Amino acid sequence: MRKAATVQELPGVSQSKKEVRSQAFAWSDLASRLRPYLYLAPALICFALFFFYPIGSIIYLSFQDWSLINLEQMEWVGLQNYQDLMKDGDFHQVLGNTAVFTIATVGVGLTLSFLLALWLNKKAKVYGIIQATVFSPHIISLVSVSMLWMWLMDPQFGLLNAGLEAVGLPAYTWLTDPKSSLLSLIIVSIWKGVGYNTLIFIAGLQSIPGDIYEAAALDQSPWWRTLRRITIPMLSPTIFFLLIINTISSFQAFDTIAIMTQGGPINSTNMLVYYIYEQGMDFYNGGIASAASVILLILVGILTALHFLVMSKRVHYR
Amino acid sequence: MYRVVLASRKTVEWIGLLVVAFLFVFPFLWMASTAFKTMPEVRQFPPTLLPETWEWSNFAQAWESGPFLMFTWNSILVAVGILILQFLTAVPAAYAFARYKFPGRNLLFGLVLIVLMIPGQVIFLPIYVQLSGWGLVNTLWSLILPYAASAFGIFLLRQAFMQVPDEVIEAARLDNASEWKIMWTIMVPMAKPVLVTFGLFSFIYHWNDYFWPLIMTNSDEVRTLPIGISSLHMSDGGTLWNVMMAGNMILILPILVIFFVAQRHIIKAFIYQSK
Repeated sequence: MRKAATVQELPGVSQSKKEVRSQAFAWSDLASRLRPYLYLAPALICFALFFFYPIGSIIYLSFQDWSLINLEQMEWVGLQNYQDLMKDGDFHQVLGNTAVFTIATVGVGLTLSFLLALWLNKKAKVYGIIQATVFSPHIISLVSVSMLWMWLMDPQFGLLNAGLEAVGLPAYTWLTDPKSSLLSLIIVSIWKGVGYNTLIFIAGLQSIPGDIYEAAALDQSPWWRTLRRITIPMLSPTIFFLLIINTISSFQAFDTIAIMTQGGPINSTNMLVYYIYEQGMDFYNGGIASAASVILLILVGILTALHFLVMSKRVHYR
Repeated sequence: MYRVVLASRKTVEWIGLLVVAFLFVFPFLWMASTAFKTMPEVRQFPPTLLPETWEWSNFAQAWESGPFLMFTWNSILVAVGILILQFLTAVPAAYAFARYKFPGRNLLFGLVLIVLMIPGQVIFLPIYVQLSGWGLVNTLWSLILPYAASAFGIFLLRQAFMQVPDEVIEAARLDNASEWKIMWTIMVPMAKPVLVTFGLFSFIYHWNDYFWPLIMTNSDEVRTLPIGISSLHMSDGGTLWNVMMAGNMILILPILVIFFVAQRHIIKAFIYQSK
């Protein structure tokens, strides 16, 4: 990712111009030195305004007591918001829900994707079609996916229960029972995400040089040993990348919760981003919401840093 | 004997493929089927696979349940507006990173990578506060401006620009083409496949987005389709699943059409995120 040395350099223009009017004061030289910064300016100004400044701002806001109703009234309360969060049972549950949701979606989702990738990584056209099919939920709005699954999971008229009843199993109240509500969201999330991960895995599998497998075949290595000794180690950058990306994106879960459960029943599906939204936009606890945002920011920041550290050591992927 | 085993393995594999396809396609087909059913048929047990009577009016009912023409128009304005701004900011930035050497380049590129990796959900509150200070909350600007620059776009285009052979640029310089002109008339056309890829990614992402419009807007004049569709299930007196599914068909059809036409590009766009 950071192979800066391969970047093409560009003394070309400025030098040839210099040769032409070498005597004159080098205005053009100054201009060409400034040029890259000018080209970067629009994008960097946007990032400063809508990324870096807000990051500073959220940290500042987390030490204030404030609400969106009256932004004039801000009061410095130090670590009070964080202490309140630590004491808040609901927030503990939110962290727990987020952890369960993340471990389940990432763990099960990636395992399924890996198996699918091993299976679907073939040249014939059918496999390409199935790959696209599995991928298709990924590009559909989570709004539609959520409403579709609400319909499938409808306790009275939903297809899932109709299916269960047809084979003589008891019906579920998928989303309205605190015991199964989080599981329901996990199912939807895995269904939506598995195709993306599968295709990344396939891209990773295809980048493993074929001669390694030929050598393994010559040694008559059984398939599971080939898998354990060659495929998985060679795929480790992809696996690591997907672990990080999936973990970060499951921290972000919001749309499914907002549409399917609103965090309920009894807080069983409330997760970090939804909690922040609720506190900030519905309950007007700006300080609490900001402190929770900072906690989320730290979690995501650690993952991002890990990603850069490992990836810069092992740039295996392109 | 061996041939029989081979044949049955093939059958098993085909059945497996069908099951997988079914798991991922059927929910959408079920959505489509429900969208055409009458409410009594929706509640029928056992459920019917295809509608007995095709109830086209569900679509009209969904469409007329709110100012959907306005939602659609807003969705188009926002997704296309973001796309144009991202294009205008990403091309020069990517060109600078790909083709110039200057002090601070690695540091600045590092910042872009950080933007790429940290999701906006983490900082929506301060952005809301900031935009409300500028009086922009509940305007289309609040949906467009925060996305005016795309770290992903810069990253993708930079790679494309790096692959343009030096000779092409040298030749243009010998013809006294300005740097600005080289960027827009030589680099951009040569990076067209990547631009298409990025454009699809950006459009789909913002067309589908629910979170940002939900946060930043509170009146119908500036709301987008996903918000309008999501309000369909708030209707009282039992959920009108058929109308809801019809509404969702309206939301996903453009994306599905694009997916059928440009499948390879789209998969590439989303996969590229990893590179």
